[in-house]
Amino acid sequence: MYKGEALGDQMREVLKKYHADYIEVRLEESEATHIQYRGRELENLSKSQSLGGNVRAQVRGGWGFVSFNNVNGMGDKIELAIRQANLVGKEISRLAPAEPVVDIVRVMTKKNAATVPVAEKKLLLDEYNEIIWSTPQIQTSSITYRDSSKKVIFANSEGSYIEQDKSDLALRITAIAKEGEEVQQAGLSVGSNGNFAQIEGLHQQVKETARLAVEMLSAPEVEGGEYTVVLDPVLAGVFAHEAFGHLSESDFVYENEQLREIMVLGRRFGGKHLNIVDGAAIPDLRGSYKYDDEGIPATKTYLIQEGVLVGRLHSRETAAKMKETPTSNARAIGYRYPPIVRMTNTLIEPGSVSFEEMMGEIKTGIYVKNWYGGTTSMEMFTFSAGEAYMIRHGRIAELLRPVVLTGNVFATLENIDAIGNDLGINQGGGCGKGGQYPLPVSNGSPHLRIRHCLVGG
Amino acid sequence: MAVLTSGFATALSGGNELEKILSLAKRAGAEAEVFFTSYEKLPAIFEANRLKQLKANQGTLVALRIIKGGRVGFAITTRLDNRQELVNRAVEVSQFGASARFELPLRQFYPQIEVYDSEINGVTVGQMVDLGESLIARLRAHSPELVCDVEVAKETALVQISNTRGGEASYHKSVIDIAIEGILIRGTDMLFVGDEASSCHPIRDVDELACSVINQLELAEKEASVATGYLPVIFTPHGVASAFIPSLALGFNGRIVLEGASPLGNRLAEQVFDPRLSLRDDATIIYQPRSRPCDDEGIPSQRTSLIENGVVKSFLYDLQTAGLANTQSTGNGDRSGGLPAPRVSALVIEPGDIAFEDMVKDLREGLVVEQLMGAEQTNILGGEFGGNVLLGYKVEKGEIVGRVKDTMVSGNVYKVLSELAAIGKETRWVGGMISTPAIFCPKLEVTSKS
Repeated sequence: MYKGEALGDQMREVLKKYHADYIEVRLEESEATHIQYRGRELENLSKSQSLGGNVRAQVRGGWGFVSFNNVNGMGDKIELAIRQANLVGKEISRLAPAEPVVDIVRVMTKKNAATVPVAEKKLLLDEYNEIIWSTPQIQTSSITYRDSSKKVIFANSEGSYIEQDKSDLALRITAIAKEGEEVQQAGLSVGSNGNFAQIEGLHQQVKETARLAVEMLSAPEVEGGEYTVVLDPVLAGVFAHEAFGHLSESDFVYENEQLREIMVLGRRFGGKHLNIVDGAAIPDLRGSYKYDDEGIPATKTYLIQEGVLVGRLHSRETAAKMKETPTSNARAIGYRYPPIVRMTNTLIEPGSVSFEEMMGEIKTGIYVKNWYGGTTSMEMFTFSAGEAYMIRHGRIAELLRPVVLTGNVFATLENIDAIGNDLGINQGGGCGKGGQYPLPVSNGSPHLRIRHCLVGG
Repeated sequence: MAVLTSGFATALSGGNELEKILSLAKRAGAEAEVFFTSYEKLPAIFEANRLKQLKANQGTLVALRIIKGGRVGFAITTRLDNRQELVNRAVEVSQFGASARFELPLRQFYPQIEVYDSEINGVTVGQMVDLGESLIARLRAHSPELVCDVEVAKETALVQISNTRGGEASYHKSVIDIAIEGILIRGTDMLFVGDEASSCHPIRDVDELACSVINQLELAEKEASVATGYLPVIFTPHGVASAFIPSLALGFNGRIVLEGASPLGNRLAEQVFDPRLSLRDDATIIYQPRSRPCDDEGIPSQRTSLIENGVVKSFLYDLQTAGLANTQSTGNGDRSGGLPAPRVSALVIEPGDIAFEDMVKDLREGLVVEQLMGAEQTNILGGEFGGNVLLGYKVEKGEIVGRVKDTMVSGNVYKVLSELAAIGKETRWVGGMISTPAIFCPKLEVTSKS
């Protein structure tokens, strides 16, 4: 018998002794390497190591949650979580049923960053930094690299015991150009599920990023207003995430009657060409895993099919309260946090329009690429483009300063009037919600054309 | 409701362990500094108007920084039981590390800055729950349809710093924090309101918070619209925090200045801002959550004037950056879980002399911006901000007439703050991070759907 199973049996036996409607225990051991350049010099190279865990208990619908670094005295921690839950609970505990799972998941990443020597990591980043610095008019650069690998042990009072390895890698490279008091920057964000090879060979992209920062110094600002915009796959992925993904997270909806009415399944959000899907079962991306943080096996969930709302993202609790099925979207960024409903890999599926057709019909518009960031209030969203060009008579024209796009979720999805026949996946950055940031996610899309989009400088 | 004791209320102390780590580092031929923190945070979380979860977050962190062969090595762990490995990791990375441009501080005198109130120990979870419940009840009495998420949290922390040159610092901190976010839905229209309060003292009532949110609800009751163009805009303290502060926090960062990437870098002693604008970084205000007797490197806290009557006075430094820039640390070495870097502690903008009401009265047509969504997600390094007005109001003929939607406001901090119409005389704290009055800008780009 593998020793994990023995430990699992032991934990299940222990959890049975306590009186609560549900108890889960998570233990997490992680290691990370962090490398940061500010300017030409390396600013920070550090290794961190962490051991911690948490206990979550539910009694009469109320939750108790205890997180800790000191893993001794587990009994006290379990009792505290139960006591807390007892103070909160006034109803009936409802969690969607789930088959207990016993499994050991080992990481299979190719060229796992955790095994790459620090010297090799530094060498690669030195090369990228040098490319930026060899570009005329560059003032400075900033590079942030982080890889992490962790082993998570999960056990619950229903008999699940899962050991799961996870690894993650994120790199952001920023080139900063300056002329007088004018400062412009351009960035490149990439990431992977720990595969170091995916951040190798970016030399050409780094070079273009540096050149873009310099070119932006002499670019004009956009005139604010409504435009037809074409989004490249990277920015369109961020759009999918901000403009719709977050609204699909049921923890926003399940306790709010009015939101439940707004988000009723069957509601039309966009044209027949629009299909949006989310799922950790889509393999080899930053949001991929075998089990979520409640031990539910990964799925792939259609959120919008042919323009109609057909599904949403759930934890076991939101699924039970909305009488739907868990979708394996309960995630926590680490042991200090309870799992909440999050996206994984969110994609707009390709359509049939070529890039040329999409652009050809636009007399005046804006082509936006790459991202600075994005945020949403559910109804309204904003996201910002790292690179923007005027479109004139169907052609990409002059470069603009970075632009911010904003819109209303309920109107904007309907204003998508062309979906490209290509597909790009963005694995850079990370998602923040409820104080939990950065969560590894990916998003992807083909080129999109949106009418009547509000654009500001 | 019963008093809940957490079982590990007394903060763990690094004590002897720190000395043991330092002597291991010394044995490896290095100067070394250990930063230790231990904390416990107890949040009570209300979801959709009801108490949903009680939490106890207890944690420890040990960060070791060494200087070996003139280079900096750094390692972090949450465990105190594997000292040798921690030292080995720091030594391993030091061969690639930045060259040290500083010496660890000697033992020194720290100003007395109280940030711990022992009365916080007497605050029970029951009392915290009562605070949340009474806040929600007050708001729902005003707007029965309002759906509130509230978090009431108390936290105590111990910070200890010790180095091989004899430098030593240690302090306790207590913080109580209450945050409320309310959402009011009509059809697919969503109105977001919210506020927060924090203090090192226990917070006994929620009156001020309730009044602030009710005021937002009342001002936002009707809808109004603006046309695309240039308009005068009043930023409330929350508006100031969301639109201007991300850029200013970077612009005054000594590291960014050193790299030549700050638009303010070459403008020390120049009149860059409106002569009525004064801004300082200040970690010395007693019982403020971001205050502390020393920074995370053991440098005494101080007040640092950043803008005085519109003139750029200084920038913020930690030890390494100050060494590189040939100046002194301003006590802004901040770890945020990693290697120290210069960061603002708490910002204070000096009040002006115009009451908020009078600013509004002066306005024929304009906007009041309370919350700008996504404002920091653009080229903030260059001073730009631009975002969707998540909460803001239209002013017509000296009166707030309603809430605007589908509206963006954008500009450049350095241009916008160079010429102001007025600075408010009432100040308040936002997020424990900044104390500011309202700021009235004469002309800003407004883009609107309507």
